[in-house]
Formats: sequence, structure tokens, C-alpha cells
Amino acid sequence: MPESFQIREELIGEVRVFHLKGFLDAHTAPIFEAALHARVAAGSFRIAVDGSELTYISSAGLGVFMSFIEEVREHGGDIRIGGLVAKVRQVFDILGFDEIFQIFTTAGDAVASFDASPAAEGEDD
Amino acid sequence: MSESIEQSFTLHVPSSNENLAMIRSFVNEIAKRVSLSDEEAALLAVAVDEASANVIEHAYGHDASKQVTVRATIDDEQIRIDVIDQGKGFDPDMIERKDPRLLIKERASGGLGMGLIQRIMDEVKYHVVPGEKNELKMIKKRHKPA
Repeated sequence: MPESFQIREELIGEVRVFHLKGFLDAHTAPIFEAALHARVAAGSFRIAVDGSELTYISSAGLGVFMSFIEEVREHGGDIRIGGLVAKVRQVFDILGFDEIFQIFTTAGDAVASFDASPAAEGEDD
Repeated sequence: MSESIEQSFTLHVPSSNENLAMIRSFVNEIAKRVSLSDEEAALLAVAVDEASANVIEHAYGHDASKQVTVRATIDDEQIRIDVIDQGKGFDPDMIERKDPRLLIKERASGGLGMGLIQRIMDEVKYHVVPGEKNELKMIKKRHKPA
């Protein structure tokens, strides 16, 4: 597998945390998709993504978030994102993903947010 | 109108997603030459990545024996990036820009690329001759009118 993208997983309480590192593009998105698919299929629906070491994202990467969010929310969970660097955050914002996903300043905030509100808010607008 | 010298740079790579990183590096070098900010350079790289990934997937069906050409032309006014292939053409009018909220309901993972390109670049044009030469021409103005 290419070294340009790496995932480290961690379980904090009931929150499955994906620490993403490197470049998430059409070449590497299948790695993230497979990792997320495995956890969602196994019943993990509280998911936090740590983007603090993610240096690049294209629509292929955003598409992975997009394709799982509905299923996760149907099961009372959510995918929350934290720690994005400005260069990556702007790509989320351009497509309006900041209105679809809860995006936090830090990954720790994203993880902690599940204590206050485990399910997605304002999903039915 | 001031006279400006046009410079052109061209990269050819085999049609494979693993070469998207090389394409982005090329765009980053161009961005340095025209002193784009880090954020502007990153967005330019995203737009060219999206256009190239479309070619690799849709025009060539991941056939790495084919070539994707990225040509950057810079002058005082603008940066023009042409992404060129000799693959299956497409009807530009058929490209939909779907709302991500709709795509989420469909559990789709694709469909975002063209929307990103159009939001990032100032002008996007197609020149399509199916099977011969397809060009996606993208322009970013260097100086926005006040």
C-alpha cells in the first residue's frame, strides 16, 4: 500500500477515532473507505476523524465521508471531524460539507462532542 | 493592456491514479512561479487533480498505457491549465452538479469533482472531439478586478 496515506485507529470510550495522515485522493481513498466500511459493518457508529495530519483531500476523499454518513446517522451515530488544517478545511467548506458534518477545531473536541450529543443534530431539515 | 510574456509548461503522465501526486507537484511548482498563496495553490492543485482523476477514470477507464497531459500557461493576467486526453469524449452539458445533500441521500461517493473545479476556477471550458482530443481548459485569474 502507498506510504502517501496512513490511517491509525483508536477506540476512546465508545468513539472509534480514525487518525488520517498524508494525502487523501482518488489513489488513496479506497484505503480509507475499506477501513471505515469494516468498522461500520461491525457496528461502530460513533466515529471521529482526526484530520490534524491530513495534508490534502480531493473529492474522492470527501466522497468517502459522504457515502457513509447516512448509514451511520440512521443507526443513531455520526461522523465528526476535527483538527483540519486550513488548506484541507477550505475544500470541505467550498462544497458546503461544513453544513453537513460537524467540524471541530480539534480532534479531541470531536471525540468529546459524542458525550454531549451522541446522535447527529438537525438531520431532518 | 500591458504586454505580458506567456510561458508554457507541460507534463505527460500515464493514466493512473498513483500519478495524481506527480500532477499536484507540477501544479504546485507552477503556483510557486506565480506566487500564489498556500491556500490558492492548494485549491489550484485540487482543481487539476479532479480534472485529471476524471480523465483517468472516465476517459481512459484506468488504462495506464494511455497518457494524461497537463499543460500550464501563465502570463501576467492568468494561469490557464489544460487537461488533455485522447479518450472517450463526453458531452459537457451532461455533467450535472449535484448538491452534496442529495448525493448523501443516494449514498454516492462520486459526483463532487466538477462542482469543485467550477467553484475553484474562474472559467472552465471544454473542447471535445471524442476519440481524438478532449481538453478541459481551466482559468484562474491572477488579479481579481476590484
